[in-house]
Amino acid sequence: MEKSVVFNSKLLPYLLLIPQLIITFVFFYWPASQAVWQSFLREDAFGLTSEFVGLENYTSLFAQPEYYASMMVTVVFSSLVAALSLSIALLFATQADKNLKAAGAYKTLMIWPYAVAPAVAGVLWIFMFHPSLGTLARPLRFMNFDWNPLLNGNHAMALVVMAAVWKQISYNFLFFLAGLQSIPKSVLEAGAIDGAGPLRRFWTITFPLLSPTTFFLLVVNVVYVFFDTFGIIDAVTGGGPAGATTTMVYKVFADGRLGGDLGGSAAQSVILMIIVIALTAIQFRYIERKVQY
Amino acid sequence: MANVTLRNVRKTYAGGFEAIKGIDFEVGDGQFCVLVGPSGCGKSTLLRMVAGLETITGGEIDIGGRVVNQVEPADRDIAMVFQNYALYPHMSVYNNMAYGLRNRGMAEGQIKTRVTEAARILELSTMLERKPRQLSGGQRQRVAMGRAIVRQPKAFLFDEPLSNLDAKLRIAMRVEIRKLQRRLSTTSIYVTHDQLEAMTLADILVVMNGGMVEQIGNPLDIYQKPATTFVASFIGAPPMNLMPAQSDELKSQLPSGGAGILGIRPEDFVITRENVPDGVALDLTVEAIEKVGAETFVYGSRQSVAQGVAANPGELPPGEVIVRVPGAVGPAIGERIRAVAARDKLHLFSSDGRKRVEI
Amino acid sequence: MVEHRPLSDIIAYAILTLGVFIVAFPVYLALIASTHDAATVVGGRMPLSPGDQMLENYYRAVFIGGARTSREPVAQMLINSFISALGIALGKIFISMLSAYAVVYFRFPFRKTAFWIIFVTLMLPVEVRIYPTYKVVADLKMLDTYAGLILPLIASATGTLLFRQFFMTIPEELLEASRIDGAGPFRFFWDTLLPLSVTTIAALFVIQFIYGWNQYLWPLLITTQDSMQTIVIGIKKMLYTTDELAEWQLAMATAILAMLPPVAVVVFMQRLFVRGLVETEK
Repeated sequence: MEKSVVFNSKLLPYLLLIPQLIITFVFFYWPASQAVWQSFLREDAFGLTSEFVGLENYTSLFAQPEYYASMMVTVVFSSLVAALSLSIALLFATQADKNLKAAGAYKTLMIWPYAVAPAVAGVLWIFMFHPSLGTLARPLRFMNFDWNPLLNGNHAMALVVMAAVWKQISYNFLFFLAGLQSIPKSVLEAGAIDGAGPLRRFWTITFPLLSPTTFFLLVVNVVYVFFDTFGIIDAVTGGGPAGATTTMVYKVFADGRLGGDLGGSAAQSVILMIIVIALTAIQFRYIERKVQY
Repeated sequence: MANVTLRNVRKTYAGGFEAIKGIDFEVGDGQFCVLVGPSGCGKSTLLRMVAGLETITGGEIDIGGRVVNQVEPADRDIAMVFQNYALYPHMSVYNNMAYGLRNRGMAEGQIKTRVTEAARILELSTMLERKPRQLSGGQRQRVAMGRAIVRQPKAFLFDEPLSNLDAKLRIAMRVEIRKLQRRLSTTSIYVTHDQLEAMTLADILVVMNGGMVEQIGNPLDIYQKPATTFVASFIGAPPMNLMPAQSDELKSQLPSGGAGILGIRPEDFVITRENVPDGVALDLTVEAIEKVGAETFVYGSRQSVAQGVAANPGELPPGEVIVRVPGAVGPAIGERIRAVAARDKLHLFSSDGRKRVEI
Repeated sequence: MVEHRPLSDIIAYAILTLGVFIVAFPVYLALIASTHDAATVVGGRMPLSPGDQMLENYYRAVFIGGARTSREPVAQMLINSFISALGIALGKIFISMLSAYAVVYFRFPFRKTAFWIIFVTLMLPVEVRIYPTYKVVADLKMLDTYAGLILPLIASATGTLLFRQFFMTIPEELLEASRIDGAGPFRFFWDTLLPLSVTTIAALFVIQFIYGWNQYLWPLLITTQDSMQTIVIGIKKMLYTTDELAEWQLAMATAILAMLPPVAVVVFMQRLFVRGLVETEK
């Protein structure tokens, strides 16, 4: 897709591009390549010299149980958040699609959580479920359930998942609603005349036609869990207890903070880069292939 | 096979707008009924009420002897062909046609028989595995019809199915639909805004305007004896010439002091210098000519009326008159001509246009 | 949808109302908490109705700051958040509009390359390259500065892609008519393109403002002085103290304050917001 009518200036386009190119180079390519380079180095104890060690940083990463743990945490976290937030959002979107009178108001009321910072969302949820002062922790204690996300890894994970799902519902809701509204009404009417009841129409017509949206959201949700949940985790559990909520991104941050192993931290970053690139590539390829009907 | 009967059917929307104002008619078993009218007249709404896609505020709709007002579309045993075909985009042609049958729990073997037969009739047999987006407009339309046929319903409902096709294809498909319907002899109700389609397809023609029926009958009857000026100008192209007229002779039937509306079809004029007794003669100045090959349409503006019964001598308000001349030879622009129509070709209506007066 | 099923509508209303409730409840609780005093909130038996400490708490939060934790009043943090969000939104709009203009309306060597260079940035969010970026910012002496907060976050290509897509939909005839009328690149941009782009700019602004306002990891890393913190970080710092109990009621008040601007933007500019979301994700 190209414009056929263009300007002939020779210098101007370069000038126009310079601001973005400079910023991109300084704050993107340079750090990214630094990360890649550093992942092949190891510093000595004093940080004075570095030595090229090839893939050693990577292999030692994969030998660490903590690294596998963080991978597991990330996988569990993304699956749970994706599954829960997608299904809940789809449920709400199908109801909002029904041509109700107050549909517009409901839509506004459902999408504003997008504006809440992940960190703030985390703070809200830890407040609700704090073992000693959380309003919603009270009924749990009342039922003699030993709720303690500060000590129990699974509880911590549950809390973080809930906070992440809460925030993500509105985004998914918006896209599902748009997807539902793009299905021509006449196709569903034809289904009704063809003898399909509402549920059957949903599963045999609506859901298949929604699949591009669903796939797109799936990828976005996974990427979201990988990266945007940093704020939630830091606010709610600080990655604990005992690494129970440390995702791969969080680990990069935490390891870097503790300091020392610049090479290992860089290697982790590079691995994350590869994963993101793969996910984004899948998303672009798939979206491009699925042409609208 | 069934009758479809509408008894005093009404529809009023929530805001108070009355879309359908009380409609009665009956479509006999195997008949092809066409609902025709301008945009917004309610014809599609009425069709959708028969289908069950819109609610009915008053009256009854009866399919095959059963009142179906409260019956779901799925249980009315009808099939519908939509204007934009509404094919299931993610299913193959075969599955598009099989969907309705599967929903009713038919056995796969029987489904296959019906689908392959319908595909054969519609010449779709080579395309059964394709998806709708791989088909042309005409092919998609045939799949939509196939989907309706396999159901062997009590009635077919067509909602302007040919509007999205180009002109040539439309003519071809029109004939195909009619042939198909005759062959299957399924009761059909067909909605269109195209009066030519209406004339050529209908056994029974229902002309609608503003939520009401203007006239029902055989197409040719309607053409030759329109009941109102609306029908007179809607059916037939180019439209009938309508002009205000005064008649003392028929004063008894024209309540407003003998004033009425005179209608003459373009093809009922003859261009001649002679006088025709008991007819109407109009002196026209030719403003424009359209030569379409087999005939020529002359657009003239009226100067005065020369003689006649149905109009008093004197000035008629100026206006355009269309005259049809067979063949390719016609008068020149600017020429003054006299167009004459015999008495038995005249149509007279009351001055509000709502009543036909026999001359 | 076509059936006469009032039951289905009732179910829909019920589910949606439940949804709105679930979505609103955490914020409601925070609001309540911000209106009580410390003892009530921390005691574990906070009621569900508002208290009488609202003005007191908000005043303390905004102008005095938590007594034992972050010494910084929230007012300063609000200002920091605002400047940084505004800077990110405007900065991104500025550079991406220029780049998109260059790429779409000019022909020059390496045009495609330049586009790909920018496009690749979509792939890697800042979280993936934090430490090296931190080092660059530190080397440039931009720690604890607004520039440091803003610049690294405008590097990604979302805006450029959005404007490129938009420019592609503008009819060729407009440019042809402009050129015949004697307009050069500047005039065309200023007189024609810019006015047409207003809605797109607004939509991008909404999304980027929210994005910038809600940033957490990056500001956390590069701000060491309390006076440079954004409000989103400030909340967290209020909660994690080494000695005394956190002042939850102030933290909640701060949380409410932190939510207000972006939520207001979403609610009042909903159409633009939705459009911005949908367009930037395509």
